[in-house]
Amino acid sequence: MNKIAEKAVALLQEGHTLVLGYEEGDRAPRPFFCRQAEEAQHLVLDERCTANLAVYLTKPELMGKGRVAVFAITSSLRAIAQLTAENQLQLENLTILTLTAEQEIKTFATLEEIRSYLSEVPYELSDTEKALDEKLSAMTREERWKYWINEFSRCIKCYACRAACPMCYCTRCITEVNRPQWISPWPSPLPNMEWQINRVMHLVGRCIGCGACGRACPVGIPVDYLSKKMLQDLSEEFGYVPGQAMQDGNALSTFKPDDKENFIH
Amino acid sequence: MDENSEFEPNIVAFVCNWCTYAGADLTGTSRLKYATNVKIVRFPCTGRIDFMLLLKAFAGGADGIIVSGCHPNDCHYTSGNFHARRRWMALHNLLELVGIDVRRVRYSWVSAAEGAKWADLVNSTVADIRRFGPYTEYQNVAKQLEMEDSHE
Repeated sequence: MNKIAEKAVALLQEGHTLVLGYEEGDRAPRPFFCRQAEEAQHLVLDERCTANLAVYLTKPELMGKGRVAVFAITSSLRAIAQLTAENQLQLENLTILTLTAEQEIKTFATLEEIRSYLSEVPYELSDTEKALDEKLSAMTREERWKYWINEFSRCIKCYACRAACPMCYCTRCITEVNRPQWISPWPSPLPNMEWQINRVMHLVGRCIGCGACGRACPVGIPVDYLSKKMLQDLSEEFGYVPGQAMQDGNALSTFKPDDKENFIH
Repeated sequence: MDENSEFEPNIVAFVCNWCTYAGADLTGTSRLKYATNVKIVRFPCTGRIDFMLLLKAFAGGADGIIVSGCHPNDCHYTSGNFHARRRWMALHNLLELVGIDVRRVRYSWVSAAEGAKWADLVNSTVADIRRFGPYTEYQNVAKQLEMEDSHE
């Protein structure tokens, strides 16, 4: 039995009703809800694990009433820190564990511990993301518009980007508001774009850049690029670092009297 | 541009009740003439101006948009315009990313005493948009939606 499985068995014996982790899937590890010690042997945790497990933590119907432990990768930790800062999680009811670079299991008790651990893991764009950024930055505005409208025209409005996002936890989303109907429920390039603008705007200063939205997209629209690029462009302005949720409120719920206004006439 | 000489831009202005709306009123009572292309929509505060309203204005055929309210520190609700400014910063950046023509969205602060500034703002926006021409790029995509709508 590997180290993760042993730890999971111990956690279940200590009285946890659920251990959230990963198991081998067809192509890559997939999320795994481990409720019994006999299942623990399936658990794995390595760099191939990419799904953000934090998305499940805000869903009481999945978590149940018992104590939950979660094997979190870095992006999950960032999400947990942000969700806790937004009062969506009570860390006392959770056991949060990660595998450090030294392959040691580390348990976090407080938000401060998560924050200080994350402060040593800088957030960076991957090489493919940098390549896409270079490609789009080199385009003229008209070319960018064509590119995105063409991308959005493939959207099938499945809202997988919303479902996969740990930060999209509203019980009633703007897409379900029909008085007025802000976003047409059927797929069409314009409302598809309007939906993405809504999604990204609602994630400003909250997105932790895990890329779950982009991985979830069944037609492969790089929707994660938009929120990640916003994260990059505005982090300096707003002083926002993913995982280091702002102490005095999220970027759009606070302000500085001397915020930049060179675009205002 | 010659083909635009006949073009009358369609401008929608989202303004706050306490400063810019009163400022625009002052323009009228001061008998200052300004371009008639603007349709003013009054809001309680710039903080109330949702970014979706701007997108809906473009989809509804606007060629240009003015968003205006109280100067910083003058907000009737103390901080609505500060919050709005942050949101505009983000929105401006995002619209740029997806390739929307951000030159067509004009942000401004116009106080209740700045009737002349309002006239200038409208006139210069209309002149700019006249130069840019109609926003057909966006309207064409919006029309597609209307067509689908009529098939319903």
